[in-house]
Amino acid sequence: MADMSQGRSNVPVGGSQATAPKTISGSKGLDFAEPLIFEMGEEGRTGVDLPDVEVSNDRLGGMRRKDAVGLPGLSEPQVVRHYTRLSQKNYGIDSGFYPLGSCTMKHNPRINEKVARMKGLGDLHPMQPDSTAQGALELIDTLATWIKTLCGMPAVAMSPAAGAHGELCGMMAIKAALEDRGEADTRKRVLVPESAHGTNPATAAACGFSVDSIPATERGRVDIEAFKAKLGDDVAGIMLTNPNTCGLFENDVIEIADAIHDAGGYFYCDGANFNAIVGRVRPGDLGIDCMHLNLHKTFSTPHGGGGPGAGPVVLSDALAPFAPVPYVVHDADGFKMVEHKADSDAKPFGRLKGYHGQMGVFIRALAFMISHGADGLRQASTDAVLNANYLRAKLQDVMSVSFDGMCMHEVLFDDHFLKDTGVTTLDFAKAMIDEGFHPMTMYFPLVVHGALLMEPTESESKETLDLYIETLRGLNDRAQSGDAQFFKDAPVLTPRRRLDETAAARKPVLRWTPPAE
Amino acid sequence: MRYLPHTEEDRKAMLDAIGASAVEDMFCDVPKQALLDGPVDLPNYVGEMEVERIFADLAAKNLSPSIAPSFLGAGAYRHHVPATVDYLVQRGEFLTAYTPYQPEVSQGTLQYLYEFQTQVAMMTGMEVANASMYDGATATAEAVMMAVRATRRQRAVLAGGLHPHYFDVTHTSAHSLNIELVHPDSDPTRPADPASVIDLIDDQTSCVVVQSPDMFGRVIDLKPIAEAAHAKGALVVAVTTEIVSLGLLEAPGNQGADIVAAEGQSLGNALSYGGPYVGLFATTSKLVRQMPGRVTGETQDVEGERGWVLTLSTREQHIRREKATSNICTNAGLCALAFTIHASLLGEEGLSRLARINHANACKLADMLDAVDGVELMNDSFFNEFTIKLSKPAEQVVEDLAERGILGGVPITRLLPERDDLANFLLVTVTETNSDADMDALVQALGEVL
Amino acid sequence: MSIKYTNDHEWISIDGDVATVGVTAYALEQLGDLVFVEVPEAGRAVAKGDEAAVVESVKAASEVYAPVSGEVVEGNAAIADDPAAVSGDPAAGGWFFKIKLSDTSELDGLMDDAAYKAYVDGLD
Repeated sequence: MADMSQGRSNVPVGGSQATAPKTISGSKGLDFAEPLIFEMGEEGRTGVDLPDVEVSNDRLGGMRRKDAVGLPGLSEPQVVRHYTRLSQKNYGIDSGFYPLGSCTMKHNPRINEKVARMKGLGDLHPMQPDSTAQGALELIDTLATWIKTLCGMPAVAMSPAAGAHGELCGMMAIKAALEDRGEADTRKRVLVPESAHGTNPATAAACGFSVDSIPATERGRVDIEAFKAKLGDDVAGIMLTNPNTCGLFENDVIEIADAIHDAGGYFYCDGANFNAIVGRVRPGDLGIDCMHLNLHKTFSTPHGGGGPGAGPVVLSDALAPFAPVPYVVHDADGFKMVEHKADSDAKPFGRLKGYHGQMGVFIRALAFMISHGADGLRQASTDAVLNANYLRAKLQDVMSVSFDGMCMHEVLFDDHFLKDTGVTTLDFAKAMIDEGFHPMTMYFPLVVHGALLMEPTESESKETLDLYIETLRGLNDRAQSGDAQFFKDAPVLTPRRRLDETAAARKPVLRWTPPAE
Repeated sequence: MRYLPHTEEDRKAMLDAIGASAVEDMFCDVPKQALLDGPVDLPNYVGEMEVERIFADLAAKNLSPSIAPSFLGAGAYRHHVPATVDYLVQRGEFLTAYTPYQPEVSQGTLQYLYEFQTQVAMMTGMEVANASMYDGATATAEAVMMAVRATRRQRAVLAGGLHPHYFDVTHTSAHSLNIELVHPDSDPTRPADPASVIDLIDDQTSCVVVQSPDMFGRVIDLKPIAEAAHAKGALVVAVTTEIVSLGLLEAPGNQGADIVAAEGQSLGNALSYGGPYVGLFATTSKLVRQMPGRVTGETQDVEGERGWVLTLSTREQHIRREKATSNICTNAGLCALAFTIHASLLGEEGLSRLARINHANACKLADMLDAVDGVELMNDSFFNEFTIKLSKPAEQVVEDLAERGILGGVPITRLLPERDDLANFLLVTVTETNSDADMDALVQALGEVL
Repeated sequence: MSIKYTNDHEWISIDGDVATVGVTAYALEQLGDLVFVEVPEAGRAVAKGDEAAVVESVKAASEVYAPVSGEVVEGNAAIADDPAAVSGDPAAGGWFFKIKLSDTSELDGLMDDAAYKAYVDGLD
């Protein structure tokens, strides 16, 4: 058996405390009992008025549909109410403090939404001639300039659709560079810290590399001696997150960069935590070869319940020639999109997605950048780091901070402080929910036991942080007093209490099915 | 600065609590030579009014399909999205929520994803669907990877009618994993020939990938290809770039598809110059543990109330790491919500009507264009997109039409630059958004330009 | 019949040249409730240390390694159908697979009951 240390029970065992009385309708005040659309629909209802056009002589090649699709019919008011009610069961940044580590849940400004929807931007077709989209191409180029300047890098690949996709882009560029040198068959090993986000090894494997894990020191950083011992001429590179997933700056990063380059490898940097250093440190000055940014983290584009994101990748001179198509070029005639390898003067490794990138996300990110400016972005990262250190300073006497010293934009605790209380990290998090806080990231990174990773971001006021601190201190007191059952029962005030994830995985029910006739 | 709540007093109090005398103390772990003294060389902050002006100026430099008659498709389709959709997706509890890792406070997201998964499964005729991929092209690449894992074979056959971007994206992933791709050329002057694909299937083939309607707009019958593939133990990956077509065309699941990879942009999502879009991914129950991406499942809470959770997580990167089915983490959440709301508004009757209007308009324009001197319709079959052969190179014709304020279509050589034999071929797309006046304008302009 | 243990928390119950392999109670406690089990098919040849089976809980996935080399005689279909039937107790029915040993000397390196208990105590 290997690596089951972070497993934990997922069958809720809390007793059912008396909660609010049952109602006739099933709704409880503003917490509405809302069925699935498939349980509400009726034949003959519709929420869109479209003409009923006969198509008798179709040209569908004999492939006309014979059976119904099965979609339910609802009127417009029903649809509006349904999704409004669903939204009310959700917690968002707009609702409250959302200190998820490494997710950077900062404020999502609505001006970004407004400009993304402007006629002439939000309605452009990706295949319209370049001559009719000069403003759009200029926008992408402007964003690219901001990104390159903030990162201190000469080039950027704009097309990846998310952070993990950006990781794929970076690692494929490295692979292409190795192929170009004739070393792709000999250099297949990638070094990845054991604290890395799961996307890192998954990405390396997707590119055909093998993954070699580097241990951490008790200071929470990469063990540089262990790292150097793993270097060899079969090494393709290192994937390093900096600041790392423990919320700490890798002090030896420049030495690491020099060492990997001396060994003939490349330095991929995971930029998920860029919010700690934007405007104050340029990753290019640290010796990286490529780094992805998460525009939906550092640059506030909305998380939307799980996307969409964008993961542009800055590239060094060594890797720039291998950037994927398509990309924007700017010459005397204006802006142009280079879409095919054959049209490129460089050596693109291929294409990563349909069309040229997440334009809707670009618009929002650029609006955020322009709103802040160079000075505002520097202040934002300063405040983000200040807020995290404030939490650390005000909680470290009662909760177990995993590493000494200053943290960056996030602070890592482990469950040592809950030892002998019978309360787990999970239980503690569920109790936070009843207090009106979204829990911090739990059980990540894997290098400490029962991790609690908190990232406040710069968007939070001191009043919010003080209330959060007071609440956590109070919850801790309760845990230390031996009231484990309180935590096992939590949450009790939410639309749903703890859900049986074990049953969901044993017998997956992944869609609604019409009842058997 | 309007987004930053702290006053200087706040900052001072917090620094004191930390035991730092200055902000720089917190950055003590950064090598000194890498610390910038001041802001980088970019403009300083501006107010909201100025931000609006900057973007309005950029917008004014583009020809908007909302104003110009537009006949562009090739994998992204202009449909009318009801106003309701955009208002609902901007509710803060949807817009600013994270991935639903704490299900007790994410039942909104989880329930709509379950509805999304069900709608996608229904439309494609498959048993299960995931909670979205980045787009149709990456969904197709992931489908091939999945077939390779499931069959343990290293070869895939991709029909000639597959969208070139989809092929290129698949090739980029396949190259890294030494997967052999076979991809014959396709000839739009004749109907698509299943034999061209069937003849290439052998017992080392993991899957056959077929797009319908294909890149030239032709409707393909999957059944004979599926029979041939299954006889050799290969899986069938059905691809569609225009999800509205499934309101009128036979579902791939009813034709023998094992995996469906599709683009969902047509429902709920603006064109937005190419992204963000929403990849749809569906498969059979048998293959579900090989399926990439997040998936929502139904369960109960401790009080016996029905609810939803993310499930089958052990396929994913945050648990399986290098053995994961995919490295995907963030997907297309809000775009999937927009799709779900639009599909809920349409319902059975609405989707059927929408599809019929699209096809009827396409039939009408196809006949009008075929009657123009110098234009010849290539397709026997199509849904809302077809290929015409012009008497002049299509790329120049498109530029000439643009000068007349018309976005007339996508030249095939923009997608397949190496096919000089197709230099005069143009892909024309029609939806419910094209009025009679639009069609007359295109016909008139083409008459002048050719 | 003797029972031995590996560092990776497998137990192996030896009867002549056929061994029955399962996972220990310690491992099961770490994993949490199991939701999915995959067992090898009969006839498959495995070398010591090869991945032979997979076990998953909601939040973790783990390989079960072959503690010895040989040929798989049977994979336990009962637990593949019902992961809840897996048990850490060799006497109960929750075994993973039976294997015909090709090299009995490989058993020498494995821990006995007392050694395994000491090993587990050292881990916490």
